[in-house]
Amino acid sequence: MKFYGLVDGSDISLRNYLNTLSGVDQIGAEARAAMLATRSIKTTAKSWAIETAISMVDLTTLEGADTPEKVRALCTKAVRPNPADSTVPSVAAICVYNDMVDIARKQLDLIGGKDVAVAAVSTAFPSGRASMEVKIQDTQDAINAGATEIDMVIDRGAFLSGRYIEVFNEIVVIRELCEGKAHLKVILETGELVTYDNVRKASFLSMLAGADFIKTSTGKVTPAATPPVVLVMLEAVRDFHEMTSHRIGVKAAGGIRTTKDAIKQLVLVNETVGADWLKPSLFRIGASALLNDLLMQRMKIRDGYYPSPTYVTID
Amino acid sequence: MTTFDYAPAPESRSVVKISSEYGHFINGEFVAGANHFPSINPANEEVLSQIALGSSADVDRAVKAARVAYEAVWSKMSGRERGKYLYRIARILQERAREFAVLESLDNGKPIRESRDVDVPLAAAHFFYHAGWADKLDYAGLGHAPQAHGVAGQIIPWNFPLLMLAWKIAPALATGNTVVLKPAETTSLTALLFAQVCQQADLPQGVVNIVTGDGSTGAAIVDHPGIDKIAFTGSTEVGKAIARAIAPTKKKATLELGGKAANIVFDDAPIDETVEGIVNGIFFNQGHVCCAGSRLLLQENVAEEILRKLKVQMAKIRVGDPLDKNTDLGAINSSAQLSKIRELSESGGSEGAERWSPECILPDKGFWFAPTIFTGVTQAHRIAREEIFGPVLSVLTFRTPQEAIEKANNTPYGLSAGIWSEKGSRILWASQQLKAGVVWANTFNKFDPASPFGGYKESGWGREGGRHGLTAYLKSSQLSHKEGGVNEDE
Repeated sequence: MKFYGLVDGSDISLRNYLNTLSGVDQIGAEARAAMLATRSIKTTAKSWAIETAISMVDLTTLEGADTPEKVRALCTKAVRPNPADSTVPSVAAICVYNDMVDIARKQLDLIGGKDVAVAAVSTAFPSGRASMEVKIQDTQDAINAGATEIDMVIDRGAFLSGRYIEVFNEIVVIRELCEGKAHLKVILETGELVTYDNVRKASFLSMLAGADFIKTSTGKVTPAATPPVVLVMLEAVRDFHEMTSHRIGVKAAGGIRTTKDAIKQLVLVNETVGADWLKPSLFRIGASALLNDLLMQRMKIRDGYYPSPTYVTID
Repeated sequence: MTTFDYAPAPESRSVVKISSEYGHFINGEFVAGANHFPSINPANEEVLSQIALGSSADVDRAVKAARVAYEAVWSKMSGRERGKYLYRIARILQERAREFAVLESLDNGKPIRESRDVDVPLAAAHFFYHAGWADKLDYAGLGHAPQAHGVAGQIIPWNFPLLMLAWKIAPALATGNTVVLKPAETTSLTALLFAQVCQQADLPQGVVNIVTGDGSTGAAIVDHPGIDKIAFTGSTEVGKAIARAIAPTKKKATLELGGKAANIVFDDAPIDETVEGIVNGIFFNQGHVCCAGSRLLLQENVAEEILRKLKVQMAKIRVGDPLDKNTDLGAINSSAQLSKIRELSESGGSEGAERWSPECILPDKGFWFAPTIFTGVTQAHRIAREEIFGPVLSVLTFRTPQEAIEKANNTPYGLSAGIWSEKGSRILWASQQLKAGVVWANTFNKFDPASPFGGYKESGWGREGGRHGLTAYLKSSQLSHKEGGVNEDE
């Protein structure tokens, strides 16, 4: 059923729907996230969490200075994060700008990384300030180049000025382009939406319009994937599943740099939506520096001591 | 391992040293007691130590020591000097926080997460806060140079042993009183560790005296003619007995007694935070909280959704080893309390309310009770009227805001209440209607030393904390209660 039968695609039905959402109490949400951050994850649970977190990483490079060589190096790392240990799982995806999609896909295929997806950031990432024609072309280019995941940004300006239907329609159009070819992740850029009420509203709007994933941030704005923001998005996903039986994924991106940060995210998932979401098809962590810390912690558990940082590769 | 099962993460108990036997702390030193009773770990029934049973002779010695300390030292000391001792005690509590937290969890059964993150930091905060008052009493709105009562007899409960000690001792010392304190029978250990802190802080001898024991020891304190003021936290039944006992005397009293708080959820509440707040309101500290949100009043049009989500959330509560850092709900403090919770819960079932608990595996040894809710509860049920003091929530519904207030106030108690709504005007309106000493909006069980705490009706007399709390420890001849903001006779 179109839009899950919850809205009919008109401005008024979308507005009415968003108005039914309960508010989010800022202090309460932050207190809940802070409480869950005290969970102490040790021994077997820690090993499991590190392994799972590695497999959920969207290894990301989104710099003006990106070159084919840099992207190829990252692909190698994505497939085999620790060259000295083949038991380390591959990451979930490589996340790059459009012009690097083709290079990344070919390199991954070449080195046995067929299961590692290539995600392209899209729709005039990171600001989203471009015409719809440009956004469509942007996405089409990425799909043509072999991207199987599209990380689109929403028009925050439209959202903040209350033009929800514009944001909705953009997602619907991009969703149609992706149909059957690519998974769609919708970036809310929560650091610009600011309030948790907005985060909840934008989460529902994106899910109704057809997002496969909702994603916190571009990584270009702070704050990004703070625990309370991720909590509020996970609650939205949980409620949406209750209503529609559809499981929407969540991607936390931006500011997750240490194993401790990543484990906190997994605890949030575990105690909000539950264990069903603890897999790369429903939870991702967008990061670059995080992977090395996960690898070092993994070696520490294996060997009993922290390795020198020279034992992890810098790409 | 295919799922995210949290491995055990126990806090080490090596940080605490428990003696096999304790005496009383009188006049700055530990003195042996004659008879003893065991203090046990409620999580596994292990005997932790033997605690001295204070006799009236012990109480008499303690009161005399406190009197001498008051006359000779404490009442003559400047407020600034008294404040230094309070600051010192506060800092030592912070320095030894882990030791206090572990000991509290061992002796009381509460999760280490709560003793570490709530009890001990708040206890230190009470000393810091009152240390600041010690040299500013002239400016507390109580007139010029307000006078201490003298010797305060303080009797505290087992639900927050160290925190209640801090609530009692910090204001008493800041205002220039000396103290004879009796911890609860089942939870004496952190008070005895606090006695060591008094020694470490070089507190003048006799300013703080701690006599352990049971109800008879408490009665000896209440009846002792050398006591000027009683401060009691505990059951309404004992509070009434104390009020009767001191009625013909000149003793002053503050009583912080039972409660049956209404936690009111309106249909515009922030749902997820409300559900979390309901859980914190009743399951915090195993429900051993006098201000617990034990009566949940749900607006009928959201009742179903809230209950569904509440059950999901309750299923995630981690019940077990209090020393495990991931435990949310610990052990019931004593077998007597467990029997009381069981008895009242059974009455809920037999009176026709519907009982529900999530599946949870309780340890074989020790005193345990699964988090429980009763739905279909009416105002006439015992579980809607009597304080259960355990992890048991009674759920009622209402149709209009007026009905919610009527039901909320329809209790002999009046300690606390909660309001959940996104509408500011409704929160302000409801908080004015509720006959409760503390009203929380969109939160529950939040405490701060600057905020006065206390009850209406049978929930008690007087306030603790804040400027209002100082009035309980100072002679108030030049002060009407109204000016002090203390509404004692509501």
